[in-house]
Amino acid sequence: MAPNVKAQTAAPLPPKIVKLQKKMARASGPKKKLNRSRAGNALLFIVMGICGVFMALPLVMIVNNALKPLDEIYQFPPRIFVRNPTLSNFSDLFVLMNESWVPFSRYVFNTLIITLGGMAGHVIIASMAAYPLAKNKFPGKKLLFSLVVLSLMFSWTVTEIPKYLIISWLGINNTYAALILPAWGFGMGLYLMKQFMEQLPDSLMESARLQGASEWQIFWRIVMPNVRPAWLTLAIFQFQQMWGTTGGIYLRSEELKPLQYSLQQITTGGISRAGAGAAVTFIIAAVPIIFFLVCQSSILETMTTSGMKE
Amino acid sequence: MNRVEGKRPALSRGAALRHDIRKNAASYLLMAPYYTVFFFFTVLPVLMSVYLSFNYFNMLEAPRWIGWGNYIKLLLEDDIFIISLRNTLIFAVVTGPVSYMLCLLFAWIINEFRPKVRALLTLVFYAPSICGNAYMVWNLILTGDRYGYLNGILMRVGLINEAVLWMQTEKYVMPVLIVVQLWLSLGTGFLSFIAGLQTVDKSMYEAAAIDGVRNRWQELWFVTLPAMKPQLLFGAVMQITQSFAVADISINLAGNPSVNYSGATIVTHLLDYGSTRLDMGYASAIATILFLLMVGTNKLVQKVLRRVGE
Repeated sequence: MAPNVKAQTAAPLPPKIVKLQKKMARASGPKKKLNRSRAGNALLFIVMGICGVFMALPLVMIVNNALKPLDEIYQFPPRIFVRNPTLSNFSDLFVLMNESWVPFSRYVFNTLIITLGGMAGHVIIASMAAYPLAKNKFPGKKLLFSLVVLSLMFSWTVTEIPKYLIISWLGINNTYAALILPAWGFGMGLYLMKQFMEQLPDSLMESARLQGASEWQIFWRIVMPNVRPAWLTLAIFQFQQMWGTTGGIYLRSEELKPLQYSLQQITTGGISRAGAGAAVTFIIAAVPIIFFLVCQSSILETMTTSGMKE
Repeated sequence: MNRVEGKRPALSRGAALRHDIRKNAASYLLMAPYYTVFFFFTVLPVLMSVYLSFNYFNMLEAPRWIGWGNYIKLLLEDDIFIISLRNTLIFAVVTGPVSYMLCLLFAWIINEFRPKVRALLTLVFYAPSICGNAYMVWNLILTGDRYGYLNGILMRVGLINEAVLWMQTEKYVMPVLIVVQLWLSLGTGFLSFIAGLQTVDKSMYEAAAIDGVRNRWQELWFVTLPAMKPQLLFGAVMQITQSFAVADISINLAGNPSVNYSGATIVTHLLDYGSTRLDMGYASAIATILFLLMVGTNKLVQKVLRRVGE
C-alpha cells in the first residue's frame, strides 16, 4: 500500500488548492505508519475478497444480463454468467427508442435538467445554510438545526399527499420545478454539510474576516474548497436520488417526463421486451455508477483540510 | 434589566435580540433560500400529516376530525401493529448497531488503499445501494425450489434433504431479512465515513505515535474516531432512520402481508394502510408514533456517541 502523500502531489490541482497544499506541506513532516503483521494482512485480504464477491453480485448480474441472448435470460435454472454474449439487447432497445412518440432526446434532456438542477441547487443552498449553522452564533440557531434533523425521522410515505397538495397550491404542478424545488429542501444534505464544516478550525474564518472578506466570500472561497469530500459525497447521493425519479404524480405531460419513465415503459412490454429490459437496467445503473466513480476518485485525491487544523 | 454587564451598554432583552439578529443578517441571508424550500416541502407536509393523524381521511372525502381515535385503535386494538413494532425493534437493535459498525470498519479498511483502488473498492461495497437490482439477486438466491442457489448449495453439502421455501416459512423470514438488510447496510453512512476519514488531520497520527499509541486499534479509538465525531453522529442518525424504516426488502422478498405477518414492520404496516386501504389518517398516526420512537432512540444514541475516545 503506497502512502497517500504520493497520490496527492501527483494529482493535478487548481491553483487555489495548490496554495493550501503548500501550507499543508509545511505542517506535516514525513509520514510514519503503523504496520500490521503479515498474517493480519493476509487475513484482511481473504475477508475483503469474500465480502467483495458477495457485494459485487448486483454489478456482475447487471452486466451479464445485459449481454445475454433471450434464450439465456429465460433459462431455467438461471445462470449468473453469460455463455454467448451478444449486443442484440442494446440494438433492440435502440429500435424501440426510435419508435417513441416524443423524440427520445427529449427524455434525455428532461432527465438532465431534473437531475442536474435538483443536485446542484441542493448542494449549493444546503451548503449555504450549513455554514452559518456550523460556524456562526445567532438567535434561533439550535431550533433551525434540530428541525432539519427531526425532519429526517418522519416517514416520507405519509407526507407525499400533503406535498402534492402544496405543489398544486403553488401552481408548479406539471413543471420541472415540482421535482426540483422539493429536492432542494431535503434534510440530509444540510446535516451532512454542517457536520463537515464544524470540523474546520475557527481561525480559518477569523483570518479571512480580518482581511475584510464578506460572509459570502468566506463561504464560497474558504469553506467550500475545504469541505470538498463532503459536497462530492452529497452530490453522489443527490444524483442517485434525482436520477431515479420517474416524475410520478407530478409530471403529466409526456414531453416533460424523464428518461427513467420512458425506459420503464419499454420494459412493461412483457416477455418479448426482456432483452431490451436488461439493457435498460444496465443503462439506468451505469450512469450513476460513472458519476459515482468520478466523484469518488476526486474525493480521494484531495485532502486539503488536513494540515489546516491547529 | 438595566444593569451594566461588563463593558457592554445596557440593553433590554428585546433590543439585545434585535441587535443580535441585525448583526447576523448575513447568516440569515445565507440560510434564507434553503429554509424557504425546506419549510414548504418538508416542514409543512409533516405538520399536515400530524394534523391528519387526528382525522379519518380516505383521500376521497374531506378529512373528518376524530381526535385520538387513530392512536387509541393503533395502540390498544391493532394486534398486527404490535407484531410489526416487535419486528422493527429487532431490526433496530440487531441490524442498527451491526450495520453501523460494518460501515465504519469497511470505510476504515478501504481508506488504507491507493486512491484508484479505493474508488473501485468503494464502488464494489456500495454496489448493493447503487445498482437497484438487489431484490433480483436475493430472489435468485432464495428461490424456494432446488434450483435456488441457497437450496442448491445446502442440499449438495447435505445439510437439508429437500428444498426450503425460505420466504414462505414463518421462522426463516426474519433471519433472512436481517441478513439481507446487513448486506444492504453499506450506504449513506458508509460513504460519509469514507469522506470523513479524508478530513482527519494526518499530523495527528504522528503526534499520537509519539504519545505512545502502539497499535491500529488504539489509533482508531484515540485518534481517528474522535477526529471524525461529526460524521459519526451523522452516520448514527442515518442508521436510525434506516433501521426503523425497513420495509422495501420485506415487501419485495416476503410480500406485504408476509406469511402470518412474520416480516411485518412499522413501515410495511403504514404502507398497508396508506396505499392499500386508503386510510391516510391511520397511516399518519403510525408515522407519528414511528417518529417519536426514532427521536427517543436518537437522544439515547447521541448520548452514547459523545463518549467516543474517552
